[in-house]
Order: sequence, then C-alpha cells, then structure tokens
Amino acid sequence: MEKLNGSAQVIRTLEDLGVTEIFGYPGAAIVDIYDELYSSKKIHHSLVRHEQAAVHMADGYARATGKVGVALVTSGPGATNTVTAIATAYMDSIPVVLITGQVSTNLIGSDAFQEVDTVGVTRPVVKHSFLCKKPEDVADFIRKAFYIASTGRKGPVVVDIPKNCQNPRYFFDYENIPLSEIHLRSYNPTVLGHKGQVKRAATELAKAKCPVLLVGGGVIQADACGELQTLARRMNLPVCSTLMGISAYPSDDRQFLGLVGLHGLYTANHAMHNCDLLFTVAVRFDDRVTNNVQKFCPKAKIVHIDVDPASISKVIHSDIPIVGDAKAVLNQVLDALDELKLSANPELDSWWESIEQSRRERPLTYNKNSKNIQPEEVIEAISNAVLGRDDVYVTTDVGQHQIFTAQYFKFAHPRHFLTSGGLGTMGFGFPAAAGVKSALPQACVICITGDGSFQMNMQELSTCKQYHLPVKIFILDNHALGMVRQFQTVFYKERYSATCLDDNPDFVKLADAFGHKGLRVTEKKDLEETINKALSLKDDLVIVDIRTDTDEIVFPWQRSGGSIEDQMFSKEDA
Amino acid sequence: MRRVISILIENEAGSLSRVVGLFSQRGYNIESLTVAPTDDATLSRCTILTDGDKMEVEQITKQLHKLVCVYRVSALDEEAEGGLERELVLLKIATPNRNVRDEIKSLADIFAARIVDVNPEIYTLQFAGSSTEADNFVSTVCKSAEVMEVVRSGVLGIARGSHSMHN
Repeated sequence: MEKLNGSAQVIRTLEDLGVTEIFGYPGAAIVDIYDELYSSKKIHHSLVRHEQAAVHMADGYARATGKVGVALVTSGPGATNTVTAIATAYMDSIPVVLITGQVSTNLIGSDAFQEVDTVGVTRPVVKHSFLCKKPEDVADFIRKAFYIASTGRKGPVVVDIPKNCQNPRYFFDYENIPLSEIHLRSYNPTVLGHKGQVKRAATELAKAKCPVLLVGGGVIQADACGELQTLARRMNLPVCSTLMGISAYPSDDRQFLGLVGLHGLYTANHAMHNCDLLFTVAVRFDDRVTNNVQKFCPKAKIVHIDVDPASISKVIHSDIPIVGDAKAVLNQVLDALDELKLSANPELDSWWESIEQSRRERPLTYNKNSKNIQPEEVIEAISNAVLGRDDVYVTTDVGQHQIFTAQYFKFAHPRHFLTSGGLGTMGFGFPAAAGVKSALPQACVICITGDGSFQMNMQELSTCKQYHLPVKIFILDNHALGMVRQFQTVFYKERYSATCLDDNPDFVKLADAFGHKGLRVTEKKDLEETINKALSLKDDLVIVDIRTDTDEIVFPWQRSGGSIEDQMFSKEDA
Repeated sequence: MRRVISILIENEAGSLSRVVGLFSQRGYNIESLTVAPTDDATLSRCTILTDGDKMEVEQITKQLHKLVCVYRVSALDEEAEGGLERELVLLKIATPNRNVRDEIKSLADIFAARIVDVNPEIYTLQFAGSSTEADNFVSTVCKSAEVMEVVRSGVLGIARGSHSMHN
C-alpha cells in the first residue's frame, strides 16, 4: 500500500474525491498542507484576501455547480474569520467542507499562539465537525465530511487538523475509498417518502379546488426542478417561491406567481392565503414567509415534503408530512398520480381566474416617472440585457437590491440565482460571484449589490485580479443602508440613525486602483447603454456604480403580526 | 410537562457538547442529565430530564436525531408500555449523638436506604428510587437531622417491557 504523510493524505483525498478548486488562506498551522498543495496538479487554489470570502467563494461554487465547495484556512483567527460564512452556508443548507489548521494536539488547551477551539466556536453553525487526534484519522474524516455535507439536508462540515497530524516526516498507509463505501451508523438520511403518505398527497392534489405549490431552496439543492415543473404543469398548479426557491421555476412562466412572504408579490401572498391545499416542497416556513403563524393559510391543508424531519411541523403543523429527498418524493408523487389515474382538476379554472384578477389589480410596480433612477428599473434593465441567455448567473448581497432582484429579475434556470436567504449575510454576493466564476469560467457572472454590502468584502477585488475572475458588479448605490433606512422612514419618524453612507469611496477609482474597469451611471438615459457596455467587456471585472434613489422603499411590505397577505403597497398604507 | 429522553450517542470527543449545545441553542430546558458508556463501549447513553408539551418534545427528539453523533433517541413515555425512572441520592448527615444515629438508622430501614459510610459523627446514606420517592426521602431526613450535603444523580430511565434502544 502507498505510504503518504498526513498533509499529502489531505491533498490526495481531496484529489480522489474529485476536488479541482480550493479557496483559502495559509498560516503557520496549515503550512504543511499548503506545501503539499504546491505540487498538486489536479487542484487549483485561489488565495483570498480574507478567510470569510474563502468560504463564501466555496459556497458560491457549491450553489452554482451542486458539488461540494472546499475552503482551507489556518487556526485561530483564520478559523474565526470564517464563522459568518459557515453560518451562511448552514442556514441555506449548502454543501461546503472547511479544513482548518489547528495547533498540535499536545498544545490544545494551553492557549497556544493562534489557538482557538474551532470545533467549539463553529459547533452551532455546522452540520457536523471533526477534530483529528491522530494523523491516521485525516483521510477518513475528510471523506466522511464530504459524505455528510453532500447528503440528506446538505450543509457545512468542518475538519480541524492539528499541526502534528500534518507532519511531513511521518508516513503511513493511504487507501482510496470512494464515498459510496462510507457508512455511518448514526447518520442515515431518508431518501424515499412513505408510500401511503405520497398517495394521500397525490389524491389531495387532484381533489383540491384552490391549490398552491410552494417551492423552497431544497428543490434546487436536490436537483428536483425538472420534476417540480412536470408536476406543476401536469396538475396546472400556481407556483409560489420562497426567496431560496427563486430560479427553481422559470420566472416568466404563466403559472409562476413569484416571491412570497415579507416582500412577496401580492398575487403570490393572496393565493397562499386563500388556498385550500398548500403543497410545499423543501421549504422551512421561515418567519419572513409566514408572518403571523396563527393567521397562516387559514383554509389550507398542508402537504410538507422535506428531507429534514425536524423541519416538519416545527413552525407550521403539517397535515400530510412526507420525509424524503425532494427529487425522489416528487417522482413518487408523479408515479402515484399515474397509478391512481389522476390529472389536473378541471375545476381549477375559477381559481386561476381569481389569481389572474389579483395579478391585474395589484401588479408589481414602482414610480416610473421619477427623475431619479429607481432600483427596480436597474434590475429590470439588467434582466432585459441578458434575457434569453443561458450562461448568466446572478448573485446578490443583502438588502433592498436583493429583494428587488428576487421580485424583478427573470430567471430561467435553477442555480442561476445565488443569495444569502437564511442568515442574510451582507458581503456574501461578491465573493460568491467570484466562486461561481472559478467554477464556470465561461459563464457571465453578475453580482447585484448595494454600496453597503459591497464594502463588506470588497478586498476580494484583488483576488479577482490575481486569478482573472472578470465578474460584473452592479452597485445599486443609494448612499444608504436602504433596508434599515426604509424602516426608519416608515416606523422611526425618519430618524436615520447610522444608515447614511455619505462618504463612500469613489467606486470607479476603486476599480481602477485594483486594475479593473469602473463605470458610473447617474442619469436614467445612460442606464441601458452602460449595462450593455459592462457586459460586453468580457475579460474585465467591471464595477458599475449606479446612483439610485435613496428614498425608494421595497413594496409590497407585510404588516408585522398580520396574515401573509396583509401588505402595505405604499408609504401611505403604513 | 416533565419528560425523560434517552439518547444513545457515539462515544467520541465532542458528542456530549453537541447534545448539550443543542438544548441551549434552541432554548430547551435541561432539568437533569446523566451520561455513561454502555456495554457497547463505542456508545454512550445519555438520559435527559426536560419539560415541554408534546410538540416541543417531538421537536427536541427530532433535533437530537438530526445530530450526526446521535444513534438513537427515545422519549420514555412515548414507549408502548411506558418507562421506568430511577435516581440515586447520596446524603451526608451530621450524627452528633446516639438519638440522631438511631433515628437515621430507622429512617434508612423505612426507605430501604443504605448507610454506606460511617464516621464517628457523620453518616452517609444511599437511596435509589423514583424522583418523587427521592424528594420524600430527602425532605424526611432533613426534618430529623442536619443534612450536610445532598448529591442526586439525575434521572436514569429505561422502557418497560420488551422495547430496547439497542435493537
């Protein structure tokens, strides 16, 4: 059997698992592994400028490709810097494996230089974690980490490797074991749904007079969007989406009602509130979706398909719970419909008529006559500029621009919209975009961000220069932290406490300083042309600084404590 | 409502902190906690006394089961034939004179407790029983003598009848 040292086993295991991209930052406690990485011909490493960005890049890589994203950092501050990004991946169930260096086992607990209890610090925000106590554990733990991260409800896994386990002078047996041979007696995610429950769900679906299909991010993670679309079309179902579910179903399809929840489209929220059957796939009933749970979907029977049993009846009681993988269960539902010879309920016409009526009465809209550039029209313009293209990926940061993107951008393909939905991490969008670009160099990768969010991880402009990652960054620059500011406008008597960004850097010069291109839009008439110009500069990272209306507010907006359809449509409704 | 949850966890570093962390993270209550390796040395058995309604306990057991290090979870009173609970109590009592010693000896007989350590002026008693019995025992002894120290093990639980967590 081949003998390799611990560090070489780390790299070889990753190679044998098919890893080709790693994002990371070296340090004393991981330098031996970096030395092995230096001679790897299969793995390309991107040196980030802050460890948080390494994990966001791995996360973006994973969201766009469905593969496990990998990051590598050192002990102590290297590890603690990743915590926000790990939590981001955890909340959105993204498969990421983070390898952290650690001080030698004989120093653990001694407050050694750059020592931190990484497994302890990350414990609440990981799916699982491993601390290697001996070099012989290394390969096994990394394989198990991949297996756990990429199965069941996906999520981040940390493998903490003390320096003595990386010892380049200690050689021992290495064996390539494929993931299919990994077995953990305490971890057996359910794949297939309960047959009886599946039949009940199928029967209810055919019987319902006012059904709604609600889609969550898990559908994308399970690669179940094809099955979902088949089911929706076959049963003529109106489709609503959570923020994480956006892109699972084509945005411009007639059956798609749009985003639900806090800033959901009225049509979508109204249909949810009035449905008699809420057929949910891989959602977790986040508080930003349900509003007041006591008033949630009062007439509906609820079918809940989820791979995580703990998500079922956690927030909203489920009448027909089905635990299983979204793809497998949707296939079972389709089979059950065949078997029971069930098809779309012909009585759905009047339900569709009422939906179309709400669509006509309360379409998504904004003030198109303002002389200031409205953020909504920027999103529409970017969306129009890439309409019909299959190679466009869009990441967002967190704030008004994020919701406007979810509301207005037309997505045709799953995995093409990446956003931090659960944790709401400002600073996610740009490194995530860089991660997508690393994975898919031919793709057109767009980061839609705000002036606040962008400044949280803009140091990665340097990484993008070094590894030639020409992403397109559109900053909806309203000189404010818009999402908080709109709260202050509506509920805090316009007391703009700590939300003014009057001293932003010159983003055009900033782009220039990092060796990129910068463009600015201050007039409406230049919007379309500048967007097209930015997109045409294929080999350049371009920052487009777009000066948008500071006073614009995201509507519709749910009233706190109300039902899901209890929404404000303008400032006057507040 | 009071619930006893039994958990089989992988006997490895960090397992217990994941279980305990889950309770504090999600705002669940731990009234008592016991843990020790089982006859299968790779597994530890953990018994947690918590409180919550049916929904909460269901959520607690699901969340526990979701932990990768958790092998089996069982809420005792959910089992077909219910559960059996026991606590161990050690009590250190000042016994300055004969009267007190006699009194303690007779209380020990009544409660089927054992005197496990004897010093000239100190007795240590051992009692095993349900939590209610343990409460009774402790409060009764407190009335008759000066109790210097009380140690309770926390609840141990096992299902009645044929059910076993190891099957």
